[in-house]
Amino acid sequence: MLNSLWLSHFTATSAIGRGLEPTHDALRQQRGGLAPCAFETVTDLATYIGEVAGLDQAPLPASLAEYECRNNRLAYLGLQQDGFSAAVGAAAARHGRRRVGVLLGTSTSGILQTEQAYRRRDPVTGALPDDFNYRATHNTYSVADFVRTAFNLEGPAVVVSTACSSSAKVFASAARMIAAGLIDAAIVGGVDSLCLTTLYGFNSLELLSSEPCRPYDADRNGLSIGEAAAFILLQRPADSLDADAVLLLGAGESSDAHHMSSPHPDGLGARIAMDAALKAAGLQPADIDYINLHGTATPSNDAAEGRAVATLFGDRVPCSSTKGATGHTLGAAGGVEAVISALALQQAFLPGGISTRRVDPDIPIQYLTANRETAPRRVLSNSFGFGGTNCSLILGRAQ
Amino acid sequence: MKLSAYLDGIGLIGPGLESWPAAQPILAGVASYDSGPLTVAAPQSLPPAERRRTGLAIKVALTVGQEACASGQLDAKKLAAVFSSSGADNDNCDALCQVLASEDRHISPTRFHNSVHNAPAGYWGIASGAMTPATVLCAHDGSFGAGLLEAMTQVAVEGWGTVLITYDMPYPEPMHAKRPLPAAFGIALALMPDRSAHSLARIEVSLADGDADRLAEPQLEALRRAIPCARGLPLLQAVARGTDGRVVLDYLAPLRLAVEIEPCR
Repeated sequence: MLNSLWLSHFTATSAIGRGLEPTHDALRQQRGGLAPCAFETVTDLATYIGEVAGLDQAPLPASLAEYECRNNRLAYLGLQQDGFSAAVGAAAARHGRRRVGVLLGTSTSGILQTEQAYRRRDPVTGALPDDFNYRATHNTYSVADFVRTAFNLEGPAVVVSTACSSSAKVFASAARMIAAGLIDAAIVGGVDSLCLTTLYGFNSLELLSSEPCRPYDADRNGLSIGEAAAFILLQRPADSLDADAVLLLGAGESSDAHHMSSPHPDGLGARIAMDAALKAAGLQPADIDYINLHGTATPSNDAAEGRAVATLFGDRVPCSSTKGATGHTLGAAGGVEAVISALALQQAFLPGGISTRRVDPDIPIQYLTANRETAPRRVLSNSFGFGGTNCSLILGRAQ
Repeated sequence: MKLSAYLDGIGLIGPGLESWPAAQPILAGVASYDSGPLTVAAPQSLPPAERRRTGLAIKVALTVGQEACASGQLDAKKLAAVFSSSGADNDNCDALCQVLASEDRHISPTRFHNSVHNAPAGYWGIASGAMTPATVLCAHDGSFGAGLLEAMTQVAVEGWGTVLITYDMPYPEPMHAKRPLPAAFGIALALMPDRSAHSLARIEVSLADGDADRLAEPQLEALRRAIPCARGLPLLQAVARGTDGRVVLDYLAPLRLAVEIEPCR
């Protein structure tokens, strides 16, 4: 990557809170947002989920009603936090509506809308109901279209959908677009919301934990699905930055080329992505002060990722997964964890992972289960997708 | 920064368009177009277990991607890959929604892992062994343009060789009524930072206004309008004609993409 970019504004809404302050509070208090699954009609799965409360009572404004679905509601709720919408408005006024890109990650978009529409098919013809809007809800692009429309933007837009690395990879794509001079600023991040496809899908793979997930625990037994919206406004650094301004220093991408639903056993793809991020940032492993792990709490992910981290960093770097608190927010995870990494940099602490009772002794990394009051200068965040698409980001303080 | 690249290989499949060599005279206007059903096999480069699990979208994506690499004599292992599609495995999506709307919601693990938008990228990696970056995009009807922009920025900014693989397939009913895609289609472009003996053309892409170019052949124009990845056909037509030119492609209204094309021989 050529130049560092500035995360001028950022926000996250997940099961641990709406916006930065409650998110920071929850992390400081090591409070999780997972609860037994009672989502929609899903009452037959013994698992925990990280649900964002109140979405059913939060309709979209009338002008955006065609986009009405859980995923876009969550996006809209997320955009209202931390002055993010005002910041986008200011960026559009400053740079021009065509010079602000929208690059967002999602894995399942508004598919819950389709799942429900299939239950309401015409009993005679089998047709989907008239009120089902494919383009504005189901289509994978829907959330970027929604955000571009909501802010009246006219620049490039796209959804990256590489499963659980989606909203990390958007940082790399946006950085390239800015470097190429196509845009001056980008709304990046991701939105993924609870749906039947992922709940029953991960259940079919026997990857759901029956308790709040326990990343890097010796007895970890699967993941907890969550939902979240994370948004970051990415632009070239201002001439003078506050010391606690957060920069994107590098991104690294790779593929496993191994299997559709299990990682390379030695974490080779993960290692290549972390290596590439270090190279892009011009840094050495010793320059990293904290790693926000992908840490899904499935036996295979944590073993493979842990092996890759140990190979590159040994046990020198404090690491944790924050999925014990938020759940695995899938296509939003990269964005949420970039925001948590930015909070760690600004608020001078390392978030300990929760729900992990006994750290796996076979994974030789320094896994934190308690918060540490130390100010990191550079952090690395890992996101690895189903299907073997990997992305690592490095964020750092301006000073 | 100029967003330019060398086009070293093309892959194409669609109704009546069996491959890039077969389609070239049709697009150049020297052979007539006859629509016909599209047949595509699962690539032999996949292990048998994976081959059995592939649906139409994956077959189309891998077929055109491999054609683009082979025609440019490029090793897929060394190229980054950009996949872009308006949908994904649309048969699989319908099957999953049917099961989830039924009394018994147990879905098969294979159906679930094929449901991710990036399934073709996963199979591409398994088939090619490429551990290089792969991304998977969607921009509804603007998916060809979004893929082209991502691939061009990879080449121009990172200096990577990148294969762009765009593909679409129809939905079965009842989704077809809501999203009527008439046929499967795929276009792949191998884009390189430096000129080689296999370079077909140098292309330069920029954001533009105005109307997108249309195709003279009415049936091909109908495909261009109806299938998102077929919005790239005017670019292929210009390359097939082998003359200097500029085409305007659909992207995301009001934006279009202008592509300047300079043939390399």
